[in-house]
Amino acid sequence: MNEVLLPFILTLDATLRLATPLILCAMAGLLSERSGIIDISLEGKLLSGAFAAAAVSTVTGNVYMGLGMAIVVSVAMALIHGFACITHRGNQIISGLAVNILASGLTVTIGFAAFRQGGQTPPLSADERFGPIILPFADALRDVPLIGLLYSELLSGHKLIVYIALISVPLVAWLLFKTRFGLRLRAVGEVPEAVDSAGISVTWLRYRAIILAGILCGIAGAYLSTAHGAGFVREMSAGKGYIALAAMIFGKWRPWSAMGACLLFGFLEAASSRMQGVELPLIGQTPVDLILILPYILTVVLLAGFFGRAVPPKAIGEPYVKEH
Amino acid sequence: MSSTPPLPRWADIGLLPVLNLMIAMVVSGLVIAAIGENPFDAVAVMVKGAFFYDGSLGYTLYYTTNFIFTGLAVAVAYHAMLFNIGGEGQAYIGGLGAGLVCLALDQVMPGFVTIPLAIAAAAVFGAAWALIPAYLQAYRGSHIVITTIMFNFIAAGVMVSLLGGVLMQPGQSSPASRTFEPSSFIPFIHEILNGIGIEAARTPLNLSFVLALAACVFVWVLIWRSRFGYSLRTLGQSEPAAAYAGIPVGKTIVVTMLISGALAGMMGVNEVVGVNHRLVLNFTAGYGFTGIAVALMGRNHPVGIVLASLLFGALYQGGAELDFEFQTITREMVLLIQGLIILFSGALSYMLNPPLARLFARLSVGPRREVQA
Amino acid sequence: MTGQDTHHGMRGGDVSPPPAVELRRINKRFGRVHANRDIDLTIDAGTITGIIGENGAGKSTLVSILYGFYSADSGDILIDGTPVALTSTADAIRCGIGMVHQHFMLVPTMSVLDNVMLGREGGFTLTDGISKTRKRLAQLSEDYGLEIDPDALVQDLPVGLQQRVEILKALLRGARILILDEPTGVLTPQEADRLFEILRMLKQDGVTILLITHKLREIMAITDDVNVMRHGQMVAHRKTKDTNREDLARLMVGRDVLFTAKYHEKEPGAPILEIDALTHHDSRGSTVLSDISFTLRAGEILGIAGVSGNGQSQLLDVLSGIEPVQEGTIRVAGEVIDSRNRRDPTALRQVGVAHIPEDRHHRGLVLPFSAAESSILGYHLTDVAGSGLFLDLQKIEARCADLMQRYDVRPPDPQWRSGGFSGGNQQKIVVAREIAASPQVLLVGQPTRGVDIGAIEFIHKELLAARDRGCAILLVSVELDEIMALSDRILVMNAGRIVGETAHGEADPNRIGLMMAGIDPNNARDITVQETGAA
Repeated sequence: MNEVLLPFILTLDATLRLATPLILCAMAGLLSERSGIIDISLEGKLLSGAFAAAAVSTVTGNVYMGLGMAIVVSVAMALIHGFACITHRGNQIISGLAVNILASGLTVTIGFAAFRQGGQTPPLSADERFGPIILPFADALRDVPLIGLLYSELLSGHKLIVYIALISVPLVAWLLFKTRFGLRLRAVGEVPEAVDSAGISVTWLRYRAIILAGILCGIAGAYLSTAHGAGFVREMSAGKGYIALAAMIFGKWRPWSAMGACLLFGFLEAASSRMQGVELPLIGQTPVDLILILPYILTVVLLAGFFGRAVPPKAIGEPYVKEH
Repeated sequence: MSSTPPLPRWADIGLLPVLNLMIAMVVSGLVIAAIGENPFDAVAVMVKGAFFYDGSLGYTLYYTTNFIFTGLAVAVAYHAMLFNIGGEGQAYIGGLGAGLVCLALDQVMPGFVTIPLAIAAAAVFGAAWALIPAYLQAYRGSHIVITTIMFNFIAAGVMVSLLGGVLMQPGQSSPASRTFEPSSFIPFIHEILNGIGIEAARTPLNLSFVLALAACVFVWVLIWRSRFGYSLRTLGQSEPAAAYAGIPVGKTIVVTMLISGALAGMMGVNEVVGVNHRLVLNFTAGYGFTGIAVALMGRNHPVGIVLASLLFGALYQGGAELDFEFQTITREMVLLIQGLIILFSGALSYMLNPPLARLFARLSVGPRREVQA
Repeated sequence: MTGQDTHHGMRGGDVSPPPAVELRRINKRFGRVHANRDIDLTIDAGTITGIIGENGAGKSTLVSILYGFYSADSGDILIDGTPVALTSTADAIRCGIGMVHQHFMLVPTMSVLDNVMLGREGGFTLTDGISKTRKRLAQLSEDYGLEIDPDALVQDLPVGLQQRVEILKALLRGARILILDEPTGVLTPQEADRLFEILRMLKQDGVTILLITHKLREIMAITDDVNVMRHGQMVAHRKTKDTNREDLARLMVGRDVLFTAKYHEKEPGAPILEIDALTHHDSRGSTVLSDISFTLRAGEILGIAGVSGNGQSQLLDVLSGIEPVQEGTIRVAGEVIDSRNRRDPTALRQVGVAHIPEDRHHRGLVLPFSAAESSILGYHLTDVAGSGLFLDLQKIEARCADLMQRYDVRPPDPQWRSGGFSGGNQQKIVVAREIAASPQVLLVGQPTRGVDIGAIEFIHKELLAARDRGCAILLVSVELDEIMALSDRILVMNAGRIVGETAHGEADPNRIGLMMAGIDPNNARDITVQETGAA
């Protein structure tokens, strides 16, 4: 039975690994957008985080230092975004785009200058990376039918950040729906006047939202270069920030649904790489490239209003100005 | 909206972009200095690399051609307050259109038939790629920024699939089409110059550059001299005024985006029919995104866009030279500058505006006070 | 200045408690607009005080200053006799000020509970706050009859209950001074009555209430004191029991603009615009026009008098084609327009319907455009703008220069930015454009709002001249004097209905004023006219 299940479980296992950065970025985007700030800069924060993590990890030999620096750098990028579009009421899309292009340029420029390897960091050794965490009793339970396999193969043996990503979802959901901060955050993304009228600073609230987004993207970046990969490669975020954005929209700006979308998109990627070259009945060779663009197509179809309306936070994209 | 007085026109269209560029350059210079190189040396290398080596001007103008098309695409949409971030995908698909025409006709038709058809196909394909986001924005209220981003990725996926599949040259394993027949190449400028007896180095610059300049004239006429341009600008400045004037909002959005997409699509002409002579992967190479920086710097005016395109053309060509001259700086330095330009002349354009406006207000009030006193 | 009367003198020196709120010489400017000019206001604790005035009189700006939303350019604010600096809403809330905004400050997608908790959540997690707030809500509902389902989403509540959420929010924050800005604009008469009951109960419990409104009925029904604002100034203060509607209506509408345009009798021509049973609903479903019927003849100015916000704007929108007809029919120049046969503004201009819009900044002009460009707005597809697909800039500029000269626009520079002209000159550009089209019907909204005296006179003369040339003019204005000076006939609108008609010679400002206020002038003591929710 295990022989039948194993490929399937391995695909799910890959799904989880591929979905991790998406989940973290989607949660980041969710916090930012729920506060009314469009966040297309997920990509840039992810990329700069990935670079910072690998660079610091390889220099210090300490993967946690890398993680810390990833967070610092990603938050710095978020603050550039915030300075432009919260403090100076600039266009949130242009600002996000600037951060993304800036990240592309900075990572390669600094990487090239620092390591002289064409913009990459040196390959990381095992102790400069996050190692797998074997959950308790994983080996002991391996032989229990189904559950044992699920536990030991699917749940156990991942990198720390995979578990952080999984925990981030209930955490964000709790923050958003069960705390004072979350209540205010949801309100400021819908009707900032209501928040202002309640005597709460719209600016500071939005800054806190994008700083949290920066932290999450930094962790996701560290995952790319020091957990999933073994070093930084130029443009290694490869559009994952945008997929996360799509997943967040697909999840209609709700944490659990967004995670569902991330897992779906992760699964499509995992499945497409396993299906490479496989002949399917009727279709012939699996159209792998087309499976990979399904997330984007699904998101457009959703935005067009074909499966229920995806209603963004009402104040999104609008700089807050007290009206006359 | 703000109570600060507007800037004088020359300052708004001349001084501000230059100041923003300077800030971006200074910050880039600081990065270069931080890396341990001399920023002035880097500038010298880039200027030399962009203009003074044999053939370097041709390369600069070849990049310029791409940026003019994508910059115009962004600008046309921007005048209607639409943010077309999908130039990259529209250019990619536009190039596909041009390539398909060449692949279909190059062996049976002469160049003077194939090339115009290829240009038209690029425009039509680019426009078509903008149609769905435009329609969804106009009639379903879906945010055009998000949909055009999605369409960029969809375009990339489609192209990978086509070039790795039906369009792949038989017997080859790299994802690219076959090379077209030379009859369907857009003539290179150096060939023309050599033909009339002027020595010129081989460069990728081709007659698409002339097409780009023609597109500038077209956009200028469209925006400022046509009835449709009037509708488009009215919609962009004030939707209530457009409604008052009886301008159909949805239709205007769709037509504007079709024109924008067509312009972006024609970038594909330069790359596919002018330079590569076949369809390859990633020939858009981010030029669509650079178009956003170009339009912002060029203040969405064709003249400004030509100047900004020239600047970016020089940065790209000069940046390539950095790879050779320096151990520690690469052409990606240009991306940094580009990001900073978008940041300062786009997202932070409100930052310099008020202090500058106040400065001008003070300067213009100052002397008058003295006269009164 | 009328009657800054004995109020201060009546209070017995230091013996009585200090007033709950005292404003001294408050000034506030927005760019060129002096929204509040030297405002003084005293509100005694435990009273209901009204501020009445037309839209745009500066009432909302004043209370926004009191609520810390804007800071005044100059002036002092005293709460319970102590000077305070209200630099933010948080300061005002700390001073015990609560506000029910005209446009509710509610998050429609959140529950009532979430909305009332916002800003006083009682700790980092919401658990404690939720149970406490539920108890307080239950308590308030018992004390004042403010029943509400705490778990309902605000967007699912009728407007009256949404307003109740606003009041509850202010009370939960411990407000002792409650400001209500135009609270009944969106309420049915029954809901409004219920609101007033609640306000009376709150007053009995010592809450000081400030009611901002332009409806006389409310002032008379509930307030103890009333202050009248006009053009950014506080023009009168009265004890409600010592005044009456006629007095207040006169103070509100004002008499300070003298019109010199020469009106003369003239026999109107054939009917051009016939409106039959026009009814219209806004996007929220409330009725803004109900059963409007009238006929407009060539060479006639038909004035529509009314306090702003009683459906006049929507009437202009429907007649000009900006809003499609929902119910009823419009006949204009032989065409029949109804819900099935729609005409957009372009089509209507083609049959000779021109429109001077109420809002010249957002509609009449495109502020960043040059005067020349603005001078073809709405006519950009016609011959005056060019030929074929193209604009003819020389022609446009020459024509604009000609219009500017004829209408004495200063500076007479067609390339000048539309937003750079003064209000009067901007309006002249709009008037020139619309009259130059030689329309059969001219729809005119607030032609002289924010316009200097000289330009007012000029615009009035042009309107009369157009009438004499046979143009049929529908004139909407909140300035009663303007309506009376220019109109051959006057219709009075209230709450989306036509409530009266009078001819030029028979117009009596007091009668019209009463009708504008929704009072039947033949039965002035009896308030029978229902005010439905015209926004």
